[in-house]
Amino acid sequence: MHDMSAHTVQHHAPTSFIRKHVFSLDHKVIGKQYYGLALVAVMAGMFLSWLMRIHLGWTNYAIPGLHILSANGAPGNVMTPEYYLQLMTMHATIMVFFVLTTAPFTAFGNYFLPIQVGAEDMPFPHFNMMSFWVTFVGFLVLMSSFFVGEGPTLGGWTQYAPLSAVGSVGGPGEGLGVVLWAASIGIFCIGQLLGSLNFITTTLDMRTRGMSMWRLPLSAWSWFITSVMGLTAFAVLMPACILLILDHVAGTSFFVPGNLVINDQLQPHSGGSTLLWQHLFWFFGHPEVYIAIIPGMGIVSHILITNMRKPLLSHRVMVYSMGALAALSYMVYGHHMFVSGMNPVSSLAFSFPTLVITIPSTIVVLMWLGSLYGAKLRINTASLFALGFISMFISGGVSGFFLAQPSVDIMLHATYFVVGHFHMVMGVAAMFGIFGGTYFWFPKMFGRMMNETLGKLHFWLTFVGAYCIFMPFHYLGLAGNVRRYQAFVADYLQPLIPVHRFITVAALLTGAAQLIFLYNLIHSRFWGKPATDNPWEATSLEWSTPTTPPPHNNFGDKVPVVYHDPYQYGVQSSVGDYVMQASPEKVKTAHDEA
Amino acid sequence: MATTVHEPPRTETPRDPRLTNSSGNAGRNLVPAEGNLRAVRDYSPPPASTGIWVVLASITMTFAALTSALIVRQGSALDWHHLVLPRILYLNTIVLLASSIALELARRRVGAFMTGRRDRVDYPSRWLYITLFLGLFFVAGQYVAWLQLRAQGLFLATNPNSSFFYVLTALHAVHVSGGLGGLVRVISRLHRSVLRKSTLDATSHYWHFMGALWVYLLLLLWIKI
Repeated sequence: MHDMSAHTVQHHAPTSFIRKHVFSLDHKVIGKQYYGLALVAVMAGMFLSWLMRIHLGWTNYAIPGLHILSANGAPGNVMTPEYYLQLMTMHATIMVFFVLTTAPFTAFGNYFLPIQVGAEDMPFPHFNMMSFWVTFVGFLVLMSSFFVGEGPTLGGWTQYAPLSAVGSVGGPGEGLGVVLWAASIGIFCIGQLLGSLNFITTTLDMRTRGMSMWRLPLSAWSWFITSVMGLTAFAVLMPACILLILDHVAGTSFFVPGNLVINDQLQPHSGGSTLLWQHLFWFFGHPEVYIAIIPGMGIVSHILITNMRKPLLSHRVMVYSMGALAALSYMVYGHHMFVSGMNPVSSLAFSFPTLVITIPSTIVVLMWLGSLYGAKLRINTASLFALGFISMFISGGVSGFFLAQPSVDIMLHATYFVVGHFHMVMGVAAMFGIFGGTYFWFPKMFGRMMNETLGKLHFWLTFVGAYCIFMPFHYLGLAGNVRRYQAFVADYLQPLIPVHRFITVAALLTGAAQLIFLYNLIHSRFWGKPATDNPWEATSLEWSTPTTPPPHNNFGDKVPVVYHDPYQYGVQSSVGDYVMQASPEKVKTAHDEA
Repeated sequence: MATTVHEPPRTETPRDPRLTNSSGNAGRNLVPAEGNLRAVRDYSPPPASTGIWVVLASITMTFAALTSALIVRQGSALDWHHLVLPRILYLNTIVLLASSIALELARRRVGAFMTGRRDRVDYPSRWLYITLFLGLFFVAGQYVAWLQLRAQGLFLATNPNSSFFYVLTALHAVHVSGGLGGLVRVISRLHRSVLRKSTLDATSHYWHFMGALWVYLLLLLWIKI
């Protein structure tokens, strides 16, 4: 008997510790591993931002013990200008890749996408396991640059050429540091490609009976759209990293132009294109912004709908808007390069879609606000963070309208205005999505509730703190405060130093408030109140699992069948005002009753 | 609020092997057409069939990025010198295309073997071995091409054109080696009679794509603008 299709690759629950918790094939364990990695990374990234902020507020202040981190970078515990740039580069790289991409997309997506579509796992579990461990190795390679040679690279997370490609003559960390950076990101790309492969095939092929595409919850839609973006964007960044490494180790001239003299030394390169790197990088870089934020949009929609007890005004328009954001994100990348010396006609060509992309963004926001109007929102930590996400997205997004225009951007580009813009719209908003997702799904992931009082305290401190940190950035930018400077010695910058000090204090306090979250996370994990299977009275399939946390194959022996659209709230049923997707119960509406 | 209610589906659907996806759950990936459960499509592809197109899309993006890099780099300075491509590349091209034909012949024979019309495993596996051999020959041939360029004094860093030549051919060879791994897997599964059609199809799509990609790269490296 040679049947070519009926063989199974079902994997059984592992028994050994290594296969259960370390090299696990279970998407839920891999999701938690990604979450753990993001947690370690965000603490490292935030620690670096503290060091930078202290230095910006009090430039000559000796930070006790800093020389332990780098004897050369902080002689006498005072940061050198170069070391400030090294910390800035690492802060951004860690946050963008290993936190904002890892947590909302690969961590929550890994854990919940298969469950939300009604599958027992991703279709390629070995690739999934590789995806995490490859990403982990990428993180180790990046962090190793702190401890080798002259430390990590100082070229910024965008690694603009020629600085990034000339080698150690460019400054501390521009030799081995850049090679390690590029290797780390190249490795990270491979991990993300493997992840995207699984996410796309899970969504397309693993849906359970009755789960049509339009019945996917918005969170599942957001992970699917993000994975399509990841597939195309990371596939471009990876070869760019290879070319950058070759410029270092093989003496090629992809990105270094000829006749370049640095520190009175003629560089042994000819003819490379500095703009080429920017094009390759930003073709990835702008979709990356949406890779970070679209999962947040999906998660926030999912949380809000559950707590509003009614669906969004239009499920489909929300999906189309997220899709439009993803598609347009490839056409706008040049707006990062308005001041690069690119042809002004190109600037115009990139400016137009940049203004167009504000349309789906606005629709998304209006969809949330319009749906919230008149809703009796259940206030809990998750819904507060969802509201916080919307607030941050609007506040940070409005400044995007200004920056989309080349003539305005030329003035604001190199200032703190841009730093404020992207921190709010992409950084803090995405973080709020991660926090919201954590408070919302923690009961399902760990079988225990998080402490709501501590959660709300965490929210308010973080929300107020984030505004205190990032709103003044806009003011600083409008006042002409240049970004990436490690000290503000020019006369016109002197009056702005008190603002920087205020931001530093706010950053330290807001950072300290995250310890409440950390305590809540760890304490609730072990001693939290036991959670029921469906504590939020939600409808999607992750709340239909037979146990909490779900069993190895997610649904036990009973394969779920989907009977309803994802968000059946505000109806009358035997369980309350909602009907779960997997419930065969017929929905009665107020109209039926009448 | 209003909702669409459908009749519960018939859950006692007979287990048709075609409905079993790779995780072994009959009917798990049935998708109702137009959201109507009563009009369920009776078949959706196993993930490997979709996955291979996802993989190919990603590889396409990688080489598209390198193509645009090549074009930009070529126009950015006057230091671009055209290489005379080693002649062995043309032989390698024929070998790789021949391997695709061999794989197609193998695929048909696998079908005959798996459905029981032929009962000797070497009937299909012979052509798979030929494909594998031709693939190895191609990779070895690419290596010879590098040696020939080296002998001419053209190294990775000699000239932007030689840089791109080595990068593109090496990256392609790495991908072809991945395809060779896939072929070994197909042969091994065939001998154990556990080969799935989707695995064979995915491997052959990948292999043919490598052939087409090579022809494209050859033209890209050959054209003198």
